[in-house]
Amino acid sequence: MTAAAEGSPPLASDGIPRRPPLLQSESVQGLALISPTFLYALILLLLPILVVFAHSFWTQNYLTIDHTFTLQNYRAALTEPIYLDLLWRSLFVSLLVSLFTVVLAYPIAYFISFHGGRHKGLWLFLITIPFWTSYLLRVMSWKVILGYNGVLNSGLMGLGLISEPSTALLYNTSAVVITLTHAWAAFAILPIFVSLEKVDRTLIEAAKDLGDGQLRSFLRVTLPLSTPGVISALLIVMIPTVGDYVTPKLVGGKDGVMIANAIQAQFGKAANWPLGAALSVTTMVVVSLMAGAVVFLVRAVARLAR
Amino acid sequence: MLDRPMPDRHAPERTMIEIRSVTRSYGAFKALDDCSLAIREGEFFSLLGPSGCGKTTLLRMIAGFDNPTSGTIAVGGQEMVGVPANRRPTNMVFQSYAIFPHLNVEQNVAYGLKRLKLGPAEEKRRVDEVLAMVSLNGLGKRGAHELSGGQRQRVALARALVMRPKVLLLDEPLSALDKKLREQMQVELRRLQQAVGITFILVTHDQYEALAMSDRIAVMFGGRIAQIASPKEIYQRPVNRQVADFLGGMNFVKGEIVEEDGSSITVDTLGFGRITTEKPKVFDRSGGGTTLGIRPERLRVLWDSATAKHEVSGTVVERHYFGEITHLIVEIPGLEKPLSVTETNDFGADDIPVGAPIRLAYDRDALVAMAE
Repeated sequence: MTAAAEGSPPLASDGIPRRPPLLQSESVQGLALISPTFLYALILLLLPILVVFAHSFWTQNYLTIDHTFTLQNYRAALTEPIYLDLLWRSLFVSLLVSLFTVVLAYPIAYFISFHGGRHKGLWLFLITIPFWTSYLLRVMSWKVILGYNGVLNSGLMGLGLISEPSTALLYNTSAVVITLTHAWAAFAILPIFVSLEKVDRTLIEAAKDLGDGQLRSFLRVTLPLSTPGVISALLIVMIPTVGDYVTPKLVGGKDGVMIANAIQAQFGKAANWPLGAALSVTTMVVVSLMAGAVVFLVRAVARLAR
Repeated sequence: MLDRPMPDRHAPERTMIEIRSVTRSYGAFKALDDCSLAIREGEFFSLLGPSGCGKTTLLRMIAGFDNPTSGTIAVGGQEMVGVPANRRPTNMVFQSYAIFPHLNVEQNVAYGLKRLKLGPAEEKRRVDEVLAMVSLNGLGKRGAHELSGGQRQRVALARALVMRPKVLLLDEPLSALDKKLREQMQVELRRLQQAVGITFILVTHDQYEALAMSDRIAVMFGGRIAQIASPKEIYQRPVNRQVADFLGGMNFVKGEIVEEDGSSITVDTLGFGRITTEKPKVFDRSGGGTTLGIRPERLRVLWDSATAKHEVSGTVVERHYFGEITHLIVEIPGLEKPLSVTETNDFGADDIPVGAPIRLAYDRDALVAMAE
């Protein structure tokens, strides 16, 4: 009796067809589930990166690629003042953009999460509305706002604050920063909103019960607990903006040129793929380092806030 | 143990919390309906009732997380309505414990002290003192996620106690613990309360918890306070059938009132004969009749030839075994509903066969009158 209860009865003998054990294991099922995406990523992400990586060690002679290994491209990328300049400017712009975006997005995410009430879904929906129009169109509309005869200039002149249109608004780095900050706002709001939603409201009550006012409980509980969202927002905005080349091209003028414009030129007009590849790889590495540094810094600040 | 004077047990009892006709409405629904009660300094007071009776709402109003629609709340003689939670002399142990997940045990406990700027040495002394009090010595560096349920409960308790509040509010603090730990914590909480002398207000839906720990209990139903009294009085002399039913079982016996004076009533019951009992302020007197109640454990099985002054006889119709006790359902001729009897198993109550005749002894003062 005991033996029968303890030993698992042989299931195969009941005639029900069973799948082989391999396909029943959860890890195999999981792999099967992600394999289409995985293959897609492999073919369209990893392989191109490897191709770029390989090119960065070759040289180009007009239309032919010389496959002998060389570090010459990296030497150019890391020593030519123009590339270093562009790289620094790109990092600076992306850092500024991600900081501004997060600072502006946090209050919005906070408002929706804490005061959105029943309309949270509606608020999130409203935030996505700008994305119904093309990215190019949104960049162009900033041209209309910031331009010589633009909305901002005529508005300021109408108010009598300036006597002639300012040229300081468009075709420079700040125009790039403004445009990118607006373009990426929703991508920062969403992760911050999600992490704020996860903050247990009882914890905030507990902080107040223990003597904290509104601001202190925010700094000591809400903010530290939402750092994962802040970090993802920073990274989501920072990493792609380094490589943006449409916005600098359209609103950046000659001061707003960024590293991606140089890379694009190497792959296009300048016809020097290996140098373009070396610049790409260098940018990737530097961006990763910066992202790591930002994550480290934000965590350190969050720890201090306790 | 804490640096605060122990309340003098001989001093005239001072009121710590005074709640006057507090009502809390949500639209047409009244979560609290005209509740008034006074809690004495150093008292262990429980708010007992089923879920949705308004007990947690009342506790949250004392803490400052909610405000009454009308009525007033005073703590230590000071009006509290409108005062935010962070400026009230109360601290709370939350049902979910609300341990800050990004802080370790020590940082959790020291959370409220930081604002007081005591200096690191004094702060550490107070944290260590309170951790020792709740038996968490040496666990100060543990992260919030490395704690068991019981330990989290102790951290929540320590975090509130370290503030030396005038009143400690406990919102179902033991409901998430398993039975054994819960019973152990009941004893510990009671001991701790007597050691620190702080007024404790406990919200619970567990009648045994309230009976075991409290000096006094307020039983609540549907936003109203039904009875405020000591555990013993609430158990023995419930004001109405709802209270009687909520605190353990109660057998109800119908009868007719034959005599009534200032302090007592005499009732002719079916099955239990003529009973004279204390007359409560309000009691059931629908159509000249009334209902008396008797607790299942006040009915004792009479063995063999044993006799008692007062007894009823009937037939066992059901038997349920509960380890140390057996629960018998006994049909008595003339009684509308069968009686529920609990008997310890010392003499073999668990062996009484279903269908057997049985005699039950009772004391006449075990039958009490109450409101419908």
